[in-house]
Amino acid sequence: MSFIDIFARIAFVALTVAAISLMPAHPTAQPTTAGAALEDTAIRPFHVNIPEEQIVDLRRRIAATRWPDQETVTDQSQGIQLAKLKPLVGYWGTGYDWRKAEAKLNAYPQFITKIDGLDIHFIHVRSKHPNAMPLIMTHGWPGSVFELLKIIGPLTDPTAYGGRAEDAFDLVLPSMPGYGFSGKPTDTGWGPDRIARSWAELMKRLGYARYVAQGGDWGSPVSSAMARQAPAGLLGIHINLPAVVPPEAAAALAAGGPAPGGLSEKERATFDELSAAAKMGNRSYAVMMGTRPQTIGYAITDSPAGLAAWMLGHPGFTKWTYSSSDPEKSPDEVLDDISLYWLTNTATSSGRLYWETGGGSPVFAAAQKTAEITLPVAITVFPGESYRAPETWARRAYRNLIYFHEVDKGGHFAAWEEPELFSAELREAFRPLR
Amino acid sequence: MSFLTTSAAVLLATSAVTIAVSLIPTNLTAQPAQAGAAMEDTAIRPFKFRASDEELADLKRRIKATKWPSRELVADDSQGVRLATMQKLADYWANEYDWRKVEARLDALPQFVTNIDGVDIHFIHVKSKDPNALPMIVTHGWPGSIIEQLKIIDPLTNPTAHGGTTADAFDVVIPSIPGYGFSGKPTELGWDPQRIARVWAVLMDRLGYKKYVAQGGDWGDAISEQMALQKPAGLLGIHTNMPGTLPDNISAALAGGPSPTGLSADEKYAWDQLDFFYKHRVGYAQEMGNRPQTLYALEDSPIGLAAWMLDHDAASQKLIGRVFDGQSEGLTRDDILDNVTLYWLTNTGVSSARLFWESKLAFFAPKGVTIPVAVSAFPDEIYTAPRSWTEKAFPKLIHYNRLDKGGHFAAWEQPEIFAGELRAAFKPLR
Repeated sequence: MSFIDIFARIAFVALTVAAISLMPAHPTAQPTTAGAALEDTAIRPFHVNIPEEQIVDLRRRIAATRWPDQETVTDQSQGIQLAKLKPLVGYWGTGYDWRKAEAKLNAYPQFITKIDGLDIHFIHVRSKHPNAMPLIMTHGWPGSVFELLKIIGPLTDPTAYGGRAEDAFDLVLPSMPGYGFSGKPTDTGWGPDRIARSWAELMKRLGYARYVAQGGDWGSPVSSAMARQAPAGLLGIHINLPAVVPPEAAAALAAGGPAPGGLSEKERATFDELSAAAKMGNRSYAVMMGTRPQTIGYAITDSPAGLAAWMLGHPGFTKWTYSSSDPEKSPDEVLDDISLYWLTNTATSSGRLYWETGGGSPVFAAAQKTAEITLPVAITVFPGESYRAPETWARRAYRNLIYFHEVDKGGHFAAWEEPELFSAELREAFRPLR
Repeated sequence: MSFLTTSAAVLLATSAVTIAVSLIPTNLTAQPAQAGAAMEDTAIRPFKFRASDEELADLKRRIKATKWPSRELVADDSQGVRLATMQKLADYWANEYDWRKVEARLDALPQFVTNIDGVDIHFIHVKSKDPNALPMIVTHGWPGSIIEQLKIIDPLTNPTAHGGTTADAFDVVIPSIPGYGFSGKPTELGWDPQRIARVWAVLMDRLGYKKYVAQGGDWGDAISEQMALQKPAGLLGIHTNMPGTLPDNISAALAGGPSPTGLSADEKYAWDQLDFFYKHRVGYAQEMGNRPQTLYALEDSPIGLAAWMLDHDAASQKLIGRVFDGQSEGLTRDDILDNVTLYWLTNTGVSSARLFWESKLAFFAPKGVTIPVAVSAFPDEIYTAPRSWTEKAFPKLIHYNRLDKGGHFAAWEQPEIFAGELRAAFKPLR
C-alpha cells in the first residue's frame, strides 16, 4: 500500500470518527469515578511514531549487554540457549529496523478511545463488503497486535485471498490494558472480566450492533468473559486456547498425581501432555508474573536482552527459529513484538494481568467458568498449541459448541504462524452466526 | 588491623597450610575430575578479590541509567518489591555506597581457593587462637553469600571477646558454593547439594580436620543435611536454621491435598507460613528451578538483580524495605548492597540460580538424617520448624531452640544470637 493510500484511508477514518462521536456512549459497568455522563468517548486517530532517541538508547543498551556464561546443557531445558539468543539480540542492535515495524502498524487505521478511565488503542479495519461481520480479536502475552496483522487482509478482503465476499469481516484489534499503546492501569481490577466489559463498550462505541469475538492465550479468557457476560450484540466467540480440562483431570494435574480413570485414548494423551508440561515447569513464567510481577519487572524493563529472553521463554516460541530462511518466524517477526514491549515500557504492566487473575489456569474449565457460557462457542485446535483439547472435553466444557476442528499445522501463535489457515478457520467457524 | 599486618598474616598462614595440606593424600570418594583424582591439584592458594575501578564505574553508570517500570498498583508488597524501595536503593547504591569498604573487610580475612572435583572452591578460613577449637564448615544459601557469615566469624573464633568462654571456640571454614561468589562456575551438570556436600568433606579433609561439624540455612541446610546423610569420616553433627521437617500430611496439603487438622499452636503457625509461601512466594524458586538461563536480565541489569534478590521471603523483604526507609535493625543498607554487589561483580546471577535446577530435593521434607542434629527455629524464617516435627525428623536431636527474633538470614541479622545458638548447639559434641 502506498503512502497516499494510507492517507486516503485515514481521511475516511476521520469521517467515521466524526459520525461515531455523535452517538451517545452507554458504559454499562464500572463507570469511572468522574461519572459515566462525563466520560470522554471520543475516538482519536493514532499513529505510531517512536522518538529516534528511544531507538538510539535501545541500541546503546543492547551493545552494552552483559551476558551470562553458557547454559550447562545442550538443549532448551534450562531456558533459552545463549547461542540462540545472542545472535538475535546482536541483530536487534545492529540490523533490525523498528521503522519498518512502525510502518506495518501505520498501514492500518489505528485509534485510541478512553474506556473505564483508560486509553484503549486499537486497529480498526472495515471491509469494503457491506455485510461484513464485525469481529473483535484479542492478543495474548507475550504477544500484541503484531500477532494479528497477517490475518487482516484475508479477513477483511477475502476475495483477494481465495475467499468469498460473504466471508468478510470488519476487524477491531485492541491492545489490552497495560500492553502496547493502550494505557497502563494505575489501579487493580483489570482482569479479563473488566477487559471484556471494555471490549463490549468499544464495539458499541464503534456502532456495531451485532458482532463476534475471538482470541487465543489471554484473548481466550477475555473472549470467554465476554461470552459469559453476553453483552447485547455479541453473537458468539471463537477461541484457540480453550479451557476444556474437566475438574477431575484438573485436580490430578494440580496435585501432580496420576490420570483419573475412565479417560479415552485422546483424553489420556492430552492429560499426559499437560502433566509433562507441568513437570517441565512450562508455566514458571506465569507463576512468577502471577505472584510477583513487579519483581521480575525491574529486570526485564531495564535489560533488552533480558526482556527478549523472558518473552521468548514462552513455550509458544520453543519451535521458532528466528531464522531468515523461515519468513513466518523470522528475526523481524519476534523483534517487532519484543521492541513494542520495550518501546512502550510494558514489560511490567503486561505481567500484571497474571497477578489480576490469581493464577487460575487458562485451560481448566472451572477456572474459566465455562459452564456459565450459553452463547455459541467455536474452537480450533492447533497441533503445536500448549495442549490439544479433545472434542469430548470441549463438549463438556462448552454447552453450546457450534464448531470444533483440529487442524494439521500451527501452534500457540496460530494467527501469526498460519494466517491463511487461521483465517479459513474463522470463516468456517462464524458462518452459522451470520 | 592494618593492611600490612593482614597481608603478612595471610601469606604466612597460607603458605604453612598449603605445604602441610599438600602432603595429605586426598580421598575423593565420588565423581573425581576427569583428569583423575591422582593428578588433581590439591594446592590451597591464598585469595584476594579486587574489583577494577572500571567495573565499579560501569555498575554505577548502569544504576543511574536504569529504565524503570511503572509503580506497582497496590499499597503493599503483594506485587513484589515496591518501586519506592528500589528507587531509594538505586539512589544509595549509585551515589553513596562504597564496595571498597567490604572489599577491605574481606581482605582482612584469610581467604583461599582450592580445586576440588574440577571446580575452584573459594573459602574463608579463620582459625581460633584456642587449640581445642571445634572446626565448623558454614554454608550460605541463595540469595546469600559469604557476606551473610562475616558478622559471626569473630564471635565464633574469638568467643572470649563476645561474652563466651574459650570452650566455645570454633575454627570456621566458610566456602562459596560452586556458581556463587568467588568459587568457580560449574560448566558441567551434576552440581547438586549431594555433590557439594562431598566436596565440602574433601575440603575439611584437605584442611587437615579430623573432627568437625557443619552448619547451614537455605542451601546451606540442604548441603549440611546431605553431608549428614553421607557421614564422611570426622563429621560429628550438624546445626541447621532451616531444617527439613515437614510431616507427610503437611507436604501433601501443600501440593493441593486436604488442609491439615488438629495442629498445635506452633504447628499452625508453621502451616500458615508454608501455605502463604507456596501460594505467593515460591515463584522465584520455580523459575530458577526450571529455567535459570532465561533470567538473562539478572546479568544485565543491576536493579533487576537487586529486586530479584530482595524478593526472597516476605519477612526479609519487609525488613529490607524498612532498612531503605531509614530504620535500623539487623541489616544495614551496606549489608544488603555488599551481597548484591558481590553477585553483580562475580556475574553469578544465572550460575547461582542453576543450583535450583540441579537440585531434585524437596526443600522442607525430612531427609532421614541419623547423626546428631541441632536446630534453631527463627520466627521470621520461611517456616518456623515446630519442636514436634523437628523431633520426628531428627532422631538424634541434640538441640532445639525457638528464638524470639531473627529470620531467614539469621547469622546476618542476629549474629550474637546466632553465635550463641551454635555454642549451645555443639557443646555436646565437643
